[in-house]
Amino acid sequence: MFISNTLVYLIALPLAGAAILLLGGRRTNKWGHLLATAMSASSFGVGLYQLMLMLDRPTEQRPASQKLFEWIHVGEFKVDAGLLLDQLSICFVLLITGVGTLIHIYSISYMSHDKDRRRFFAYLNLFIASMLLLVLGDSYLNLYVGWEGVGLASYLLIGFWNQKPAYATASKKAFVMNRVGDMGLSFAIMIAFATMGTVSFVGVQEQVSQTSEAALTAIGLMLLVAAAGKSAQFPLQAWLGDAMAGPTPVSALIHAATMVTAGVYLITRSNFVFDAAPTAQLVVVIVGAITLMFGALIGTAKDDIKKALAASTMSQIGYMTLAAGLGPVGYAFAIMHLLTHGFFKAGMFLGAGSVMHGMNDEVNMRKYGALRKFMPITFVTFGLGYLAILGIPPFAGFYSKDLIIETAFDAGGAKGIILGITTLIGASITAFYMTRVMILTFTGTKRWDEDAHPHESPWLMWLPMAILAIGSVSSGYLLSRGDALENWLYPLFDHSDEYQKHLIEPIIVSGMALTMVAIGVAVAYFKYARQEVSSTAPEDVSIFTKVARQDLMQDRFNEAVFMRPGQALTTTLIAADQAVVDGAVRGVGQVALSSGSALRGLQNGYVRSYAAIILVGAIALIAAIWVVVS
Amino acid sequence: MTFTSPVLSYALLSPVLILLGGALIGVLVEAFVSKALRPVVQLTLSLGTLMLALMQVWRIRGEESLTPAMGSLVIDGPAVLIQGSILIIAIISIFLIADTEHFTPLPAALPGSAEEREAEQAGNQVTEVYPLTLFAVSGMMIFPIATDLIMLFVALEVLSLPLYLMAGLSRRRRLASQESALKYFLLGSFASAFFLFGAAYLYGFSGSITFSGIQAAVVGGTGNDVLLLIGMSFLSIGLLFKVGAVPFHSWTPDVYQGAPTPITAFMAAATKVAAFGAMLRIYYTVFANAEWSWIPVISAIAIISMVLGSLVAIAQRDVKRMLAYSSIAHAGFLLSGIIALNKSGLDATIFYLFAYGIATVGGFAVVTLVRDSSGEVTDLNRWKGLGKRSPFAASAFALFLLAFAGIPLTSGFIGKFSIFSAAYENGATAVVITGVLSSAIAAFFYIRVIVLMFFTDAVEDGTAVEVPSILTRATVVISAVITLVLGIYPAPVLDFITDLAIFIR
Repeated sequence: MFISNTLVYLIALPLAGAAILLLGGRRTNKWGHLLATAMSASSFGVGLYQLMLMLDRPTEQRPASQKLFEWIHVGEFKVDAGLLLDQLSICFVLLITGVGTLIHIYSISYMSHDKDRRRFFAYLNLFIASMLLLVLGDSYLNLYVGWEGVGLASYLLIGFWNQKPAYATASKKAFVMNRVGDMGLSFAIMIAFATMGTVSFVGVQEQVSQTSEAALTAIGLMLLVAAAGKSAQFPLQAWLGDAMAGPTPVSALIHAATMVTAGVYLITRSNFVFDAAPTAQLVVVIVGAITLMFGALIGTAKDDIKKALAASTMSQIGYMTLAAGLGPVGYAFAIMHLLTHGFFKAGMFLGAGSVMHGMNDEVNMRKYGALRKFMPITFVTFGLGYLAILGIPPFAGFYSKDLIIETAFDAGGAKGIILGITTLIGASITAFYMTRVMILTFTGTKRWDEDAHPHESPWLMWLPMAILAIGSVSSGYLLSRGDALENWLYPLFDHSDEYQKHLIEPIIVSGMALTMVAIGVAVAYFKYARQEVSSTAPEDVSIFTKVARQDLMQDRFNEAVFMRPGQALTTTLIAADQAVVDGAVRGVGQVALSSGSALRGLQNGYVRSYAAIILVGAIALIAAIWVVVS
Repeated sequence: MTFTSPVLSYALLSPVLILLGGALIGVLVEAFVSKALRPVVQLTLSLGTLMLALMQVWRIRGEESLTPAMGSLVIDGPAVLIQGSILIIAIISIFLIADTEHFTPLPAALPGSAEEREAEQAGNQVTEVYPLTLFAVSGMMIFPIATDLIMLFVALEVLSLPLYLMAGLSRRRRLASQESALKYFLLGSFASAFFLFGAAYLYGFSGSITFSGIQAAVVGGTGNDVLLLIGMSFLSIGLLFKVGAVPFHSWTPDVYQGAPTPITAFMAAATKVAAFGAMLRIYYTVFANAEWSWIPVISAIAIISMVLGSLVAIAQRDVKRMLAYSSIAHAGFLLSGIIALNKSGLDATIFYLFAYGIATVGGFAVVTLVRDSSGEVTDLNRWKGLGKRSPFAASAFALFLLAFAGIPLTSGFIGKFSIFSAAYENGATAVVITGVLSSAIAAFFYIRVIVLMFFTDAVEDGTAVEVPSILTRATVVISAVITLVLGIYPAPVLDFITDLAIFIR
């Protein structure tokens, strides 16, 4: 493997930015945001440079590694902190730093009135650094450090406006649900270490053939739990909607383009584990399919523009997870959709931020309408993202989503038909709710509040949107032309026995997909463009809408499945406790607390009691030795 | 009768000699330097002495000698490591001790008396605390390198007596402080008596007071194991008392709470290092061949220390008492390094001692910062919302708590990980399982404090965080940096310890 010693700069630059801004305090207020942006941009520069170097090397020499330092060397357990940049991680590096830099630029203007702008940029840089560590770590343990880092940065950024209690609660919810996922990752690492004795990617890959399928399935499922927590996949999806409490650039960066895709990264990075554990792979597909429908359905009923986009993100990541669960041929398509999605979804989030900027931070789409004339640039860039997510040729989503639908059908048999139809219906619903967003926001009549004076955003804000829009238009074509991305990633994913011929001709799949999309668009058009939209949400709606407005009862589900049984269990235990042995059976914490208090009684403050304790202890000690000896 | 003059290796003994000399000069300073100059002179003198001693320790690293002082002392790798740790801890503690706010102006006056008020108005300061600290440090330096029972006992007393005094010097809540000093003294004497009694039995068993003599008797056997067992037990009681292991821990919460916080910091960190340093030497060399008799018992003590320390800490409402119970639990964790009885156990224990000592000093340093008009606020309920009022203090404290809890990326994680894996190698599965479980319980109360500081709304009751003086800030920052560095990049320190830590006998 090629040894490089410049990889560390990718991470070090944004990390230094964060450190300077956080430690420098108010002194850096004036130029902090510029420094942070420059750091992110230079990291992108380093990324491009690394890409050039990579292209210069022959295929088998492309992955580069750098050993940073010996981290933990205790007995048999040795982990070094090292970085690995291969064909997969370079995609992420460029996405993270590229989109990240654009969002830094956007935020300069978006956050210009916030008195804590410097702190915001420090957290953004911290996030970029952690995310880069996540994708560059050469072992699961190094990945875990970055994984926790992005969790922390995300928590800080969602709760950035923590003066509002609801926002603080939202960040706490994201934090807790992410912990569940993190438990999964730590279990996966522990099982991997216990069965294979190594936690590095290379080591695990080598050991896979000698490991039992049961262990691999366990590792795979635990990795999936981790992925579900970070990527808001079923059943750990509930936090993403609430996470929209953070500033909009955060939603664009973390909750659309980068962090939420970490789960997909984890699954594709662990492809060798999943390839050898078909059961785990099947569960991945199922989780992806459920989430893509789940997110799409929630998206149809949301009036909050950011929450509608969040539901859409959830659904699109469902597509990626599904593709990643389809084995070697799906990995590349999952990554392709991830990249195109990074462009168009980040662009749309920034567009939403721009709309909110012009509308006094109003997020309710029922209070928008007819903004096309007042925000032409936002309309056009958002519109291009819209065409991309729908999958209209030749926009980006057409290439990536169609490939996933094709692959789903190619899975064969009943599985292929179920998955194929699910992805098609998902595409149709996506078309419906995205058209709804477009119509409610940009066309129709004005339903504004009286004091709204919409205006186009300053250039610092629309420029990043425009650049992302170019990506929404062209990235799909560029990545799939001549199977560019597939060939690029080819050495990493072993698809020797793939490349069977398609079960259904691609052109027919595209035709079906476009028909489904057209149906979705038409329904939305007749429902929202041809009828008057009320500025308040109607109450006399069908039960489905009501359920969808409640996020398909995900919070109720969590309450019913985890909280209530937990509480019921506690209640039962307490009842049993009172009925059976008084004070014998209580929750662990309760026992600990009460025994703690009881033992505290020994600490009565009298020196004579203490001396007595020592004397008794001494006698006990000698007695114990006596027992041991005889 | 002829006397042979003793042969001393002054170079190897120089750290201890420098400290004793510095302490004696400190006493002279008390007598001859004017009141106004004393604080500055004493601080400079103590700091200079400690730095010089540390330099000497650095210079003699890698040297080994069984006879630096006629066979009463030994200098080897572990000795250098333990002495270095004690000195580093003492240096960062002396910054805290320099904050006179914590000490009574006139220790001899009755609490609340007219003399006390006069002394306070006159701006008196107990600068005696500096030479006392230096004496205590010299005792601590001799304790882990002593190789006969008399020397061991002398060192124990030299390190203990100044601490008894210093515990009673608090400015606020003086009665509690004096009470704790008296308790410490009485119980300490009780434990010393056990220790001395044990030494007598060991002499009876082996006919020798030197470690090598006793060890030879343990290996060869004298046919009278009863004397050995009783002697070993009683000697252990004296040592276990110093480290605060259950059931010889009862002084810890009261004394930690009553003593002035800088003294608590110094005592909690440095005494533990010294006492465990001595224990390592005794159990790894002298009693190593009798391990069948003591390992089960020490294991039991380790287990109950971990469990009791962690459980009772949950019920504490006072931050200093909470840290005291946490130190009891840590004594249990450290004992698992003694039980390991192998090279990796030795390395791990030394690393753990250093990491824990630094984090302890840092933790108590933060405690000194949280005050209201009547002194330190140690009631945990009043620490609510500290994170909003003083992010510096609260984040630093959170870091130290995470280190105590053994969360990755702090020194505590590396320490716990290595010490438990060493104990596991020696088959101490029960100890390791209990250790991991009680670490989980312990993490609960540490994290509860973090939640309290960062996620609970503050109560407005005048609790404020002092703007830290440069010295206190230095203590907090140095401790925090060491704690982080040892967590992120411990390899050089671990390697350094691994290379040096070999007992010579």
